[in-house]
Amino acid sequence: MTTADASTNTDSRATSAMASFAARYVLIGMYFGFVLVKAEVLSWYRIQEMFRFHSFHMFGTIGMAVVVGMVTVWLVKRYQLKAVNGEAITFTPKDRSWARYLLGGSLFGVGWALTGACPGPIAALIGAGLTGFIVVLLAAVAGTWAYAQLRTKLPH
Amino acid sequence: MDIILDAVRGPWAWYVAGPLIGLTVPLLLFLGNKRFGLSSNLRHMCAITPSKNPFFRYDWRREGGWNLLVFAGIVAGGFLAGILLANPAPVQVAESTTAALAQAGLSVDGRFAPAALFSWSSLFTLPGFIVMVLGGFLIGFGARWAGGCTSGHAIMGLSELQWPSLLAVAGFFVGGLLATHLLLPIVLGL
Repeated sequence: MTTADASTNTDSRATSAMASFAARYVLIGMYFGFVLVKAEVLSWYRIQEMFRFHSFHMFGTIGMAVVVGMVTVWLVKRYQLKAVNGEAITFTPKDRSWARYLLGGSLFGVGWALTGACPGPIAALIGAGLTGFIVVLLAAVAGTWAYAQLRTKLPH
Repeated sequence: MDIILDAVRGPWAWYVAGPLIGLTVPLLLFLGNKRFGLSSNLRHMCAITPSKNPFFRYDWRREGGWNLLVFAGIVAGGFLAGILLANPAPVQVAESTTAALAQAGLSVDGRFAPAALFSWSSLFTLPGFIVMVLGGFLIGFGARWAGGCTSGHAIMGLSELQWPSLLAVAGFFVGGLLATHLLLPIVLGL
């Protein structure tokens, strides 16, 4: 085998590793987006139902999602389960404070109720043809940018 | 075959959809050793720009490449479920919600989000502008301040029994209730 062949082989192996990395996350996203649409949890009306306590749909959906997540995290900790690549899965405790969570969380909540969407649903809505949510996405990016400018002045 | 296709088209009940949404947590943990959380993507999008703010000066490809791919996947999943395999029936809304919205001057149009507020032309109306631009802005600002959104705090954080995430979710509800019951009626009346 010549040197040129060897380097082509390495290149193609790197390319296929990259493709499998990309495919894995795109597929997980597609799965999640598909469920968001089919459960109608990306609907502005469904969010209105939730904040008016008129339907159990959102509470049940989020609640069941949390149960599955909790069982997963419990199993990972209890049996020290590893990721498929052999890495240990660890969890980092979040900073113990209250200001950023309550104040930032409340502002987020206002945005959630006004738009009827949060970051995941915004992406799914754009895909589902509600292209007006491109404006919502750009505004959210602008909001993140503004937070970065004010970050050092805000309580955390 | 039609029965299967109708079942796929939805809408799916909460006891089906909830566990399926929750499965995103183990999928990301086991397949990639990644923690579910989508609002970080808004930060990565800022980091792509040549901003000089230290908050955006990190290797976004390395830190957030995977998450941006998830985000792109969600757009594709939305297309698949919302257009190719669309449910022809209007979105379900509780009668009490329909009545409350009618009182505020908004009629239910069967779409995922009311066209009266979220179409491109409504961007040039005051209610449409406030809901889309102010609402979107607060999502980005608030999520980063709180360090996460519905996926990162409400699903992943609560799954990890993180006390701060419970505070954040309480905040989400305080803000959401205020906006729904006090702010929205004013905005819709403009």
